Amino acid sequence: MEYLINPLILVTFFPLVGVLIIAFLKQEQKNAARWVALITSLITFGLSLWMLAQFDSSDPQLQMVVNLPWIQVAGWNISFYLGIDGLSILLVLLTTFLAPLAILSTWTAVEDRVKDFMMFFLLLEVGMLGVFLAQDLFLFYIFWEFTLVPMYFLIGIWGGQRRMYAAIKFFLYTMAGSILMLLAILWLGINQGTFTLPDLMAKGGIPADLQLWLFLAFAAAFAIKVPMWPLHSWLPDAHVEAPTAGSVILAGILLKLGTYGFLRFNLGLFPQAAVQAAPWIAVLAVIGILYGAMVSYAQKDVKKLVAYSSVSHLGFVMLGLFALNSQGIQGGILQMVNHGISTGALFLIVGMIYERRHTRDMDAFGGLWKVMPVYAVLTLIVALSSMGLPGLNGFVGEFTILLGAWGAGAPGGALGSYWFAGLAALGVILAAVYILFMFQKMFLGPVIKDENRSLKDINWREIAILIPLIVLIFWIGLYPKPFFDLMAPAVDNLVAALQSAAVAGLP
Amino acid sequence: MNLSDAAVSLNAILPLAVLVAWACALLLIDLFLPKERKGWTALLSAVGLLVSLVLTLTRLDQSTTAFNGMVSVDGFANFLSLLFLASGLVAIAISYDYIKRMGLDRGEYYVLLLFAVSGMMLMGMASDLIVVFLALELLSIPLYVLAGIATPRSDSEESSLKYFLLGSFSTGIVVYGIALVFAATGTTSLTGIVDAINAGSALDALLLVGAALLLIGLGFKVAVVPFHMWTPDVYQGAPTSVAAFMAIGAKAAGFAALLRVFVIAFPSLSVDLAPILWIVSALTMILGNVAAIAQHNIKRLLAYSSIANAGYILMALVPYGQPGMADKAVAAALFYLLAYAFTSFTAWSVVIALEQAEGKGLELEDYAGLSKRHPVLALTMAIAMFSFTGVPPTLGFLGKFNVFSVTLEGGYVWLAIIGVLTSLVSAYYYLRVVVYMYMRDGEPQVNRDRWLYVVASASAIGLVVFGIFSQPLFTWVSQALMR
Repeated sequence: MEYLINPLILVTFFPLVGVLIIAFLKQEQKNAARWVALITSLITFGLSLWMLAQFDSSDPQLQMVVNLPWIQVAGWNISFYLGIDGLSILLVLLTTFLAPLAILSTWTAVEDRVKDFMMFFLLLEVGMLGVFLAQDLFLFYIFWEFTLVPMYFLIGIWGGQRRMYAAIKFFLYTMAGSILMLLAILWLGINQGTFTLPDLMAKGGIPADLQLWLFLAFAAAFAIKVPMWPLHSWLPDAHVEAPTAGSVILAGILLKLGTYGFLRFNLGLFPQAAVQAAPWIAVLAVIGILYGAMVSYAQKDVKKLVAYSSVSHLGFVMLGLFALNSQGIQGGILQMVNHGISTGALFLIVGMIYERRHTRDMDAFGGLWKVMPVYAVLTLIVALSSMGLPGLNGFVGEFTILLGAWGAGAPGGALGSYWFAGLAALGVILAAVYILFMFQKMFLGPVIKDENRSLKDINWREIAILIPLIVLIFWIGLYPKPFFDLMAPAVDNLVAALQSAAVAGLP
Repeated sequence: MNLSDAAVSLNAILPLAVLVAWACALLLIDLFLPKERKGWTALLSAVGLLVSLVLTLTRLDQSTTAFNGMVSVDGFANFLSLLFLASGLVAIAISYDYIKRMGLDRGEYYVLLLFAVSGMMLMGMASDLIVVFLALELLSIPLYVLAGIATPRSDSEESSLKYFLLGSFSTGIVVYGIALVFAATGTTSLTGIVDAINAGSALDALLLVGAALLLIGLGFKVAVVPFHMWTPDVYQGAPTSVAAFMAIGAKAAGFAALLRVFVIAFPSLSVDLAPILWIVSALTMILGNVAAIAQHNIKRLLAYSSIANAGYILMALVPYGQPGMADKAVAAALFYLLAYAFTSFTAWSVVIALEQAEGKGLELEDYAGLSKRHPVLALTMAIAMFSFTGVPPTLGFLGKFNVFSVTLEGGYVWLAIIGVLTSLVSAYYYLRVVVYMYMRDGEPQVNRDRWLYVVASASAIGLVVFGIFSQPLFTWVSQALMR
């Protein structure tokens, strides 16, 4: 009973209250469904702030722990185990923060089956929060797989032309990775006698060659989700076909489930294998950075451009995480948040113009600055943040990652070569190219198309969606210390474990 | 055996005895019911099943043998009895309106159903190969008739004939296997066989061939590759309510016999049998799931799905001979059967709800737009499809989790990998049903039948609720042991 008022339980499951209420509404009561969903997600955000207030950032351990026995049968020891620490708190906050904004963005964009949309959306929020908070592998897997279901419906029902193809592709791709992880989870659970993460980490003692196999099985699931090059091909389809709110959540949070998985499980459970695999992962990450940026440049569809830019940005996150030092991992976590904010905002922005013009082809625009000045200014800020302009959030994340990767490039570091940081820095330049190219084509110059002359500038609702994101863009850009402070002790703890594993792994 | 022994034995199998007696009585009662009151037969059959169910429930902690050790009424048998009785009840509920609608409303229908359930229950208890044979016939013959009850519809007759021919062929193989085992050990009692093997008096070659023949014969019943060919045609041709009952009850009964015979009588043969089981299970999962992709008829799709599911259950049996693994293997198989039964209840009731006269309404296209017209039915079907795929938090996920766990623990990593990969394949065709229901527009025809709604919703709720609060089921399954 004491757990009923546990902040983690409340945050995770509160959206279900909204689902229940909406379930009793009629299909025609569209506005009621919207309001219930919005208010539910806002309360959830409020609850997550309350959780933040109770969070002790100097403590590297799990906090506000809920640990209840769940399934206890011969050979299995499964608990309902939630906990939060510096590795996950920012991602939880990001989730609860983006959800109401995404719901607001659907206000006029989703007219068909609003009730179902909101129910799936809130279910998705439960799933994502559960993934970030679960500390038991079985529980984690349940949340992890469960997120597929609502997202599958969001893409498949409310998506664009090729939505069914994209929905099935999304589902099958992600499931392909996660079933391999399932086997690894089972192996761990059976052979180590427990499914809970802290117990497994304390126990350790998995032989190095086995670690590598288990590492790879987990990595298969996470690398597809991130997505790392060359497993990214589901992403452009899913993103382009998904409705705006779906894309925001997909880019903003679902992709982070993958990077977070690497951070929490691959680094935490298999430190020796992580040290071994770091240069290989970093190679893929750098290829992803450059490849994503170059493919972005080649796109005509803005939404596709933003989608491919995610491949590039998440390459940075992966590079940071597998630098395996404090700077790299902190930068990686911050960049996850940054990407959620910037790319989420970019998808919202694309959605706004798509709602007006029903096209996303860059050639169909031009000179929008003259027609929609407010929209143009806000877009510029977000675009600059995405390309990493100093003073905005993207710069802080990318710079810290590059510092970490450079440090890890020193002899004896995890990566062992300065080339990683050097090539990744090239990605920052490429990002500037494709972002500015996009901005120029759409917003600058004369108004070429007549259809664009009568476009209405964005309304108060739309401004209200973007403003909180822009505030965060500046906040993180100018004063990132509070964010780093939240994660630092937990990250240092993890790095210490990794370093001792590296030493133990030496011949 | 004197009279009091017989009374004790009868008392031990009282739930079964009551059901058989009730079925016989009902045959007569049905004759005297006026034509417009045939609904009474359904009601009375349900009462019979319920009485037997309650009797079983009061004896759950009982564990005894009867008839000189020919039947064992233990946790394993009780678990399966409950499963069979429940599927009998569900079968009546989903048949009631359907057979009226399709003009198959005859009293024998329900009586045959009761006999089939009795045969299945006996199968769960059989601890002598002769009783296995008896139970096999008792459950099969009513099903042969039921499959053809839609006569003169030619596909129903074809279904019945096909099922009958292949069924009797497989029974023949079982009998041959029993004969060889008897020749090798001099006994048909399962425990007697073990004793003979341990005493070293068994003829190894004969015994192995006999066991293999039993595997083949029972493999026909549960439809594992390469003995599965009859399944899609039979399921498609048989009345849908009968197909549903076969897919759940007959399969579970076949596995009941396989599990008990192999675990009790042939643990020492596992060295030779495990590789065979491995291959059969892998082939079944691969072929069932791959062939299902090409199906457009929902009954055929579910038929192939039932083949694939047999592969997963068989997978649990592969490590049965390793020390300490037998109980786990049995528990995993039973849990999977339970999850499979619940999922199938849901899916088949929705199929019946959409089926129209003359075999219309069974194509995937007929499901287009279901979520808009009938959101509850669509949701239950979607839950069933996700459960078949093995997506949490459904019972189907736990079933697969359990089976993979046993396989890994037995050291069969590659089999587990084949299992998860074929699950991935299965996601494709299960999701296609969801795509039609939720993402395409259409005007689906749905029959008003409240029993179908009740069954579909109740089992769908069960799939999710027990998928989350699963400890009671796990405890129950782990106690369903053979003695």
